[in-house]
Amino acid sequence: MSVQKSTKGRSARRAHHISLKKLKNAVFMTLATGICLFFAILFLTPIVLTITNSFMAASEISANYGSVFATTASGGRQFVAERVNLKFIPDMVSFSQYITVLFKSPEYLLKFWNSVFLVVPIMIFQLLIAALAAYGFARYDGKIRGVIFFAYIILMLMPYQVTLVPNYLVSEKLQILDTYWAIWLPGIFSPFSVYLITKYMNRIPTSLIEAAQMDGAGEWKIFTGVCMPLCKGIIFSTGILVFIDYWNMVEQPLILLSDPERYPLSVYLSKINAGEISLAFAVATIYMIPTLLVFLYGEEYLVEGITYQGGVKA
Amino acid sequence: MPQTGEISANEYGIPKKRFPGKKQESPRTARIRRPHIKRKRTKRDIIAQWGSTLFMAPSVIGVLLFFVIPFGVVIYYSTLNNPIAREFVGLENFKLVASNEAFRNAVHNSAVFSVIAVPLAVVLSLILAMALDSKIPFRTQFRSFFLSPMMVPVASVVLIWQVLFDYNGAFNELISHFGLEKIDYLKSDKAIFVVVVLFLWKNLGYNMILFLAALSSVPQDILEVAALEGATSRQVFFMIKLRYLASTMVFVTIMSLINSFKIFREVYLLTTDYPYETIYMLQHYMNNKFRKLDYQALSAGAIMMSLVMIVIILILFAADHHYGKDLEG
Repeated sequence: MSVQKSTKGRSARRAHHISLKKLKNAVFMTLATGICLFFAILFLTPIVLTITNSFMAASEISANYGSVFATTASGGRQFVAERVNLKFIPDMVSFSQYITVLFKSPEYLLKFWNSVFLVVPIMIFQLLIAALAAYGFARYDGKIRGVIFFAYIILMLMPYQVTLVPNYLVSEKLQILDTYWAIWLPGIFSPFSVYLITKYMNRIPTSLIEAAQMDGAGEWKIFTGVCMPLCKGIIFSTGILVFIDYWNMVEQPLILLSDPERYPLSVYLSKINAGEISLAFAVATIYMIPTLLVFLYGEEYLVEGITYQGGVKA
Repeated sequence: MPQTGEISANEYGIPKKRFPGKKQESPRTARIRRPHIKRKRTKRDIIAQWGSTLFMAPSVIGVLLFFVIPFGVVIYYSTLNNPIAREFVGLENFKLVASNEAFRNAVHNSAVFSVIAVPLAVVLSLILAMALDSKIPFRTQFRSFFLSPMMVPVASVVLIWQVLFDYNGAFNELISHFGLEKIDYLKSDKAIFVVVVLFLWKNLGYNMILFLAALSSVPQDILEVAALEGATSRQVFFMIKLRYLASTMVFVTIMSLINSFKIFREVYLLTTDYPYETIYMLQHYMNNKFRKLDYQALSAGAIMMSLVMIVIILILFAADHHYGKDLEG
């Protein structure tokens, strides 16, 4: 009798405990969702603003933001609002900005191609050379390699302003100043991707490589047949980071190229602010499209590239 | 089996020692490593060594040519009085730069910014990752949203930040409803916070992804044992998860540090060559020196900055090594 009672009490207590736990859990979930929601709204605002405002006519833009840019803008304005009017939905959807950018002023498209022409070779060759180097670093450990790798990390951390003078000096010596080579070459040999990919390749178990070696695979075969398939994710995700970084470059072209005709759109876009603010949103939206595509295609890689997904886990 | 301590010990990528000290080999990892008794080098070892050296060659040559050798030239420049006379003056340039008011101000500002921004970036992104790691609805959507700032072109970021934080901007508009006074944020002592917000906005997403990956690699069986033993969630977090996250934290800190230097691009576009005093960063200083063709000052500044970076990295690695070893034992 008494035994029964006590078990009953215990189960009741347990039930109570569980419901408390459930409550706690629910509170935690709402809190977590709340935090995420808050940050999501904060994070999305600029991107949404850029896209929606690109569909506003010039007059609407200047009415909304005139007060901020009136001081810097060239030329008179008919009407300048006293305060900023942050608007997400245009009064009237207008494609006039896009028409101007795409058809009336070819310089934007030209600069867009400059950007593509600058960034794509850097991305491809940086990844290729970095993957090779990463294999070298991960394959065999030695004191010298450790030192070289540390040097890479230090170089990677240097702000551009520090490498700016070395960069400039080399370009001058090689007589590639004012050509795209001055941007391509330092970009291609940037240590950043070497670091990221090596970090990942170090996780590939030695046994896997030794097994391939036993089967008579040479170094090249091991690299292409064993390492590359395992590192697909990290290479993609590094590629995304490299792309974003160079797609937005501003300093390098300004310093290493003297002909404004050859500037990428990112430089051009950063100068638009003052003059043609109304066009800026449309140009920015167009400029965002490649990044958007890279993301849509590669987000999974960006997420998964970081976690080790190899067949055999150490 | 998810990753073991052996792997996270190597999180920052320094190649692991091939013949480590005797004690820390656990039986499971011993299988995949080479035996720690030094044996005769076989032909295969030699192939591995020289073959992999060939793989490294293009990158190492490129880095030497475009980064290391020029950096040597920079060191050389830093000891000259000017590039034309080329007289050796020893550490004179360093003394001059170090006593320069603008340089000191720039160092101070950069240090303040990094000390505020980097830890915030680490902690906030960890909180976001923890939130996303629990089973809240719309996780993948949230993840994409947090990454979205990476997509926005720098120039339109600048544009929007101007719209938000200008004297007539949206933020002032908002707070004036609460009876607070309008100020021009980028030209006030609060400018640094505007930059911090910009930095966090840009970088939290990627940091969060790194943490998410690390959280998913915490061994499930350890968490199960902890649950069986009746560990509270706080204990689980501080005593298990945080330890497995340690080396990712070092990595995130390194990435945040890199990105905290990169934010200069936005600051520069927002404020041009001479911004408000408190956001005059080291990069502004160097940029201005470059424009004035004052290579000596620039070189000396760059070298001092590199030395500081080396110290910071060494400290970070020491911390990581400490935690990594702790995990293995």
